[in-house]
This record gives sequence, structure tokens and C-alpha cells, in this order.
Amino acid sequence: MTSKNKNWEYSPSLESTGHIKLKKKYDLFINGKWVKSASKKYFKTINPNDEKLLAEISHANQKDVDLAVNSARKAYDTVWSKMPANERGKYIYRIARIMQERAKELAVIESLDSGKPIREARDIDIPLACNHFFYYAGWADKLDYAFPNRKTKPLGVAGQIIPWNFPLLMAAWKIAPALAAGNTVVLKPAETTSLTALKLAEIIEESGLPAGVVNIITGHGDTGASIVNHPDINKIAFTGSTGVGKIIQKAIAGTDKKATLELGGKSANIIFDDAPLDQAIEGIVNGIFFNQGHVCCAGSRLFVQENIADKVIRKLKHRMKSLVVGNPLDKNTDVGAINSKEQLQIINKYIKLGKKEGAEIYQSECSIPKKGFFCPPTIFTNVAQSSIIVQEEIFGPVLTIQTFRTVDEVIQKANNTPFGLAAGVWTDKGSRIFNLTTKLKAGVVWANTYNKFDPASPFGGYKESGFGREGGMHGLSAYLKLS
Amino acid sequence: MKNQNNFNSLPLSPSVDKVGVEERVSRFQKRSIKTNSKMDGLKMVLNMIDLTTLEGKDTPGKVRQMCYKAIHLHDSFPGLPTVAAVCVYPSMVGLAKSMVKDSGVKVASVSTAFPSGQAPLDVKITDTKYAVDQGADEIDMVISRGKFLAGEYAFVFDEIAQIKEVCGQARLKVILETGELATLDNVRKASDLAIYAGADFIKTSTGKIQPAATMQVTYTMLMAIRDYYDETGIMIGMKPAGGISNSKLALHNLVMVKELLGDEWLTNEWFRFGASSLANDVLMQILKTDTGKYQSSDYFTID
Repeated sequence: MTSKNKNWEYSPSLESTGHIKLKKKYDLFINGKWVKSASKKYFKTINPNDEKLLAEISHANQKDVDLAVNSARKAYDTVWSKMPANERGKYIYRIARIMQERAKELAVIESLDSGKPIREARDIDIPLACNHFFYYAGWADKLDYAFPNRKTKPLGVAGQIIPWNFPLLMAAWKIAPALAAGNTVVLKPAETTSLTALKLAEIIEESGLPAGVVNIITGHGDTGASIVNHPDINKIAFTGSTGVGKIIQKAIAGTDKKATLELGGKSANIIFDDAPLDQAIEGIVNGIFFNQGHVCCAGSRLFVQENIADKVIRKLKHRMKSLVVGNPLDKNTDVGAINSKEQLQIINKYIKLGKKEGAEIYQSECSIPKKGFFCPPTIFTNVAQSSIIVQEEIFGPVLTIQTFRTVDEVIQKANNTPFGLAAGVWTDKGSRIFNLTTKLKAGVVWANTYNKFDPASPFGGYKESGFGREGGMHGLSAYLKLS
Repeated sequence: MKNQNNFNSLPLSPSVDKVGVEERVSRFQKRSIKTNSKMDGLKMVLNMIDLTTLEGKDTPGKVRQMCYKAIHLHDSFPGLPTVAAVCVYPSMVGLAKSMVKDSGVKVASVSTAFPSGQAPLDVKITDTKYAVDQGADEIDMVISRGKFLAGEYAFVFDEIAQIKEVCGQARLKVILETGELATLDNVRKASDLAIYAGADFIKTSTGKIQPAATMQVTYTMLMAIRDYYDETGIMIGMKPAGGISNSKLALHNLVMVKELLGDEWLTNEWFRFGASSLANDVLMQILKTDTGKYQSSDYFTID
């Protein structure tokens, strides 16, 4: 009576791409129009899953940046700063609604261009991006209530530079509060993931937002540098690496430009022996393998209480077996493609280094596609605080696991890093959670969960993870002069 | 083999975080089961069903017809498996046994004063013995939830161990009636208790109490099975019962079993669905996969 005991596999279940519209070549979105770059140069954006060309993107130069900043300034002076706040709010709501209507297309393009699993783009990136617009649209005409007894005034023109890990979501994090507070924007997406920002430009065009309020220009690091150094920019908002963050801070030193920098991290995820273990395992997986580990607040340093370490590692390895690595467009994919060849090389360099440092490596036994940029989920045990792979941000699906004995020890070790973006605490004891949340030097501390985001909740770092907060009222104040 | 059914060997159950469980379960529900894996999965589901009738009004006629259906699910569509077992009251075991004969379909009998379990131990033993003597291949017992909630864990443990002894060759399924245990922490504790006391299978519900086999509850029980297997190398079976009435939910359960326990558990030796209406929905899906069209429920027999 027993049925055959062969393995039951999930058949491929690819999201269709027939409904998306991509141009062959994208120009710059300046002053409400699509304009050719003065550089006349284009660069290619590819699908990290199969390295195929998706589109060609303009490389904006100094002249283009000048044009974009000038249009933003003009729009600020003549339209946006004069418009009644509730009217401003209406535009932001309209953008949010059109994004929602086109959510499926945005999700597919995001997955194609960045390599993230369609499930994450569909269920996390795009809905959250829409929510950010909805959330800040609501604040537009309530700024005086957000900051009672204080006068609010927009800053002017904001230059915004965003990373490749959450392309559309980061665009939303930057643009929505800036507009709600009454600023105009020049935004540059990362060079490997410009497409959804350009789609957002189309949506903004469709929304009828006055010309020049949002300008989206594409390019490489030099384009970003031109934005940062432009004398008519009042505020720089940057999310990206700590290295570039330092350059920006040097560049704007001595100017009156305001800045928020959201930089790297090496966040601690701490598991106590009384934690709900199986859910903690899920938190570990979510913390480090979400978006291939391309998450600034990834829980990349795992601290496990020593008396449960063997059990946790056994359970984690078992859980890693069921992670599906492969084509990001497959609805069953859990871990997609690494965003670029360069990033894959960096990750592989660290994996090699980890082995050289004598750490014990374990990688998921999964089949890795031959083409494209892929890295199997990886964990390192037998590491120490002084291992390089424990100290430096890898920005990939690589976890280091350390053990600890006491609460004091783990607090000390978790804080013993130049970064301070996020942390996770897993315990059944409420009092212990509060003890740790007050002592961990991290912008966000999650208790019995990880990588949870909400537009109402501020996000940002300590130390080399940057300064300033995005999200919530804190995120609003970063775009306002309060007096 | 097992830890001598000793209450002192029972480990401390880990705590269970409900929010985390819900999140994990939603991931199983997002698995997309298409084409071949859907067809294979649906056939597996059919072959894992314990076709059940547990009513005061059960008659020989009703049981006889249900047993026929168990072996002949949809004869006009060749290549379908039989269900795993029929599940009846002890009084119907003899009849059911004579109906299923050597078809491979097992006869499972509920016992121990099912569904409440509110009877003295000797009555429960007699109840079980009768079913076994009548030829039951499997015994579905209920735990004393009252005693469990009163904290008398040793009592519940000993009761299961004693019923296990009476079972002989019959495999013992222990029904936790999770709808009465209220919390996932309790579900986990009761699962550990049943497994260490000698259960071959743990089962969610009688079908008489709501909520029954939610995925959250099944997840929690599967993790108890996983941990026990990691500790001892011994496999325990799982039977969600009650509330799984459609194919999609059944397939999500299979996904969960596959990812938590592994493909070894994906046979009716280790996984069952306790259900009465699931079979027809699965048949409808199988025929749809084959013909591309949904047929009316009138084309599927009710027995």
C-alpha cells in the first residue's frame, strides 16, 4: 500500500514577462521631459540571472547634473514651495496609487534587473515602496502637527543617491519624505539597477507632477560626485557603502549642505538558550539570506549561546537545505542572483579569506545555475571576533557564527564593531529584551524577528553605519528646517 | 528502541513563538505547485487520506459504501491510487475489515472513549482491545485533555503508554485535540509527551472541535517530530485531521512536510490526512489537470 518514495520536486513556475514594457534606450528625466545626455554615452544594464542585455542607460555628466539641479531649483522656487501643502499631498498620493496599479510590472522589472527573487520583489519591495509614498503623502499637510510649536520650512533641492540592493524601495524612501516636506529632488539610482527608478519617472510623468520637482538622472560614480559637489544642492541623502559615505562627508565639509548617510553594517543577531528555537532559525535565515544578503542591516554576525550552539547549527543547516537557489523569476526561488559580477567577486574573495582564516565553511547543497551570478548560502563556524570575515561587511549570503556565554559578553561583542545599524535578539524573556535593546548600539533592534520594515518606523545607524534617520517623523525632519 | 516509555526521559519542550510560526507557514503557502509536481502531489494526497466516518448515526450500510469508495475512488480515471485507510468507530471495525480485505487499505479505529476521552482507563483499555481484536490495523486514541490542562502530565503519559501496550501490532495514533489545548506551547508539549510515551503517529484533532488542523498547529507538531528524529533517529508519523477540505491546503501541507521533515515522510506510512470531503476535491483537480476543465461535483461520487 505504501506509495513510491521518490523525491517530490517543485516544477518551475516562472513569472511571465510578457506584460512589461522596457525601452531599448533610456534617456534622462529632467524638468518633466526625457532628454538625451550631453555625454551622448550609454551603458548597459543586464539581467544578473543570465547576463543578457535589458536596456541601455544614459550616463549623465556634469552638464546634465547642472541642468537637473537648475530645473529642481526653478521648480522649487516657482511651483513646489508655493503650492498649498494639501495639493502637494495629492500628487504624492497619486504617485502611490499609480505605483500600486503597476505593481506587477514593477516587481518583474525589479527582479529582472537586480536579481532578487520575484517573491520578495512582489511581496516586500514594491508594496513597501508604495506604502512609503502613501505614508508621507499623509504628512504633507500636517507638518505643523508633526512638530508642534515649531516652524517648518523645506530645505530646497535634495540630491539623492541610492544603492542597488532595493532600487525602487530606496527611491521611495528618498523621494516621498522629500516631496512631503516641500523639497524638490535630483535622484540618481545605482548604475546596475536604474530600471525601476526610470519606471518611476514614467509614473511621475503620468501623475502630472509639476516639471522639475523630481528629476531622475542615471550614471556612474562620477555622476553621483557631480550631484554631491553641486553648489546649488541643499541636502544630500545617500545610501550605500561606508567608503563612499566618507568621501561624501569630506566633500561637503565646510558647506552648509545637510546630509543623511545610511551606510554599511555588520549587524549582530543574538540567540539565547530560552529562545523559540525554530522561529529563531527562521530569523537567522531571514536575517542573512533575504535578498541574497544584499541588505545593509543583514544579521551577518550570529551570536549563539554556547549551550545550544550545536543544536542551532544543526537546525540551521537543515533549514538551508530547503532554500531554493536559482532563477529569480521562479516563484519558488528563495535566494536569487548576486547583483553583479563585481559583487560576486567580492563575496568570493571573502569566502576564500574565511577558509584561509581557518573558519569552518558549510554551504547549501543546492544546484547553482551555470550562467549568471550565483552564490550558495554560506555559513562559517569556528570564527572569532578577530577574524576579518567577522569584522568586515561582505554584503552577500555569508553568515559568521560565534558563541557566547553570558549576557554581558554578548553585548560587549555585539557592540565591538565600527558599525551600528541593526541587531536582533531572540529570547522568551521580556525583561532581557529590554535590557539588550537599551545596551546594543544599533539604530534598530528587532526582538524575536528580523528585517521588518514599516514606513512609520525610523531607520538609520550609529558610528560608521551613518547618521540621520529615514522613515517615520524622524525621516520627515531630515528634510525640514525646524525653528 | 524508544526511551522505555519513561516519563522522566521526557525533555523540556522548547517555547513556540506564534507570530514566527505564522510567518513560516505563510512561506509554505507561497510555494507554487504547478504541472508535474501538482499532479504527483495530488496523487500523493489521495493515497494519504484516511477516509473517515465518525458519527452516532453510522450504520453498516454507510460503512460498507464508504469502504467501497476507499478502493474505487474514480474508476473511470485509471491509474489512481486507493486511499490509505478507512477510519471508523470500534463497532464497525469488523465490517470494514471484511470490506477492504487485501486491497491494501488499512482499517483505523478510534478508541479510548473517542472523542472526549472522559472515561476510566480500564474502559479505554477494553475499548482499544476490542478494536484490535476486531482486526484494526491502526488505533486513533485521544489524550485526556482535562488532565493535561490540569498539569497532570504523568497521568496523560502513562495512559498513552498503557494503550500502546494493548495495541500490539496495530500502530498507535495519538490525537492531541489541539483545538482544546489553546496555545502552540501546549501543542508542542503534548506532542513531545505523546511521542515519548510511545505514539507511532501524532494527530491534531478528532474533527469534532474547531479549530482543527491549522497549518500552524501541524507545523508545531512536525517540529516535535523533527527534533525527536534528530535525537533518536526514530521516525514518527503525522496526521492532520479536520479542516483540510481542499487540494490547495493539502498540497501546502505536503510542502511543509517535505521542507521540515524530508521526502522520506512523503508516503502514507508517515503522513496522513484525516478527512471526509478532501478526496472529491482532489479528484476534481486531477481531472481538471487532465482535461483542462472543472467538472461539476455531480460527477464525483459521495459515499
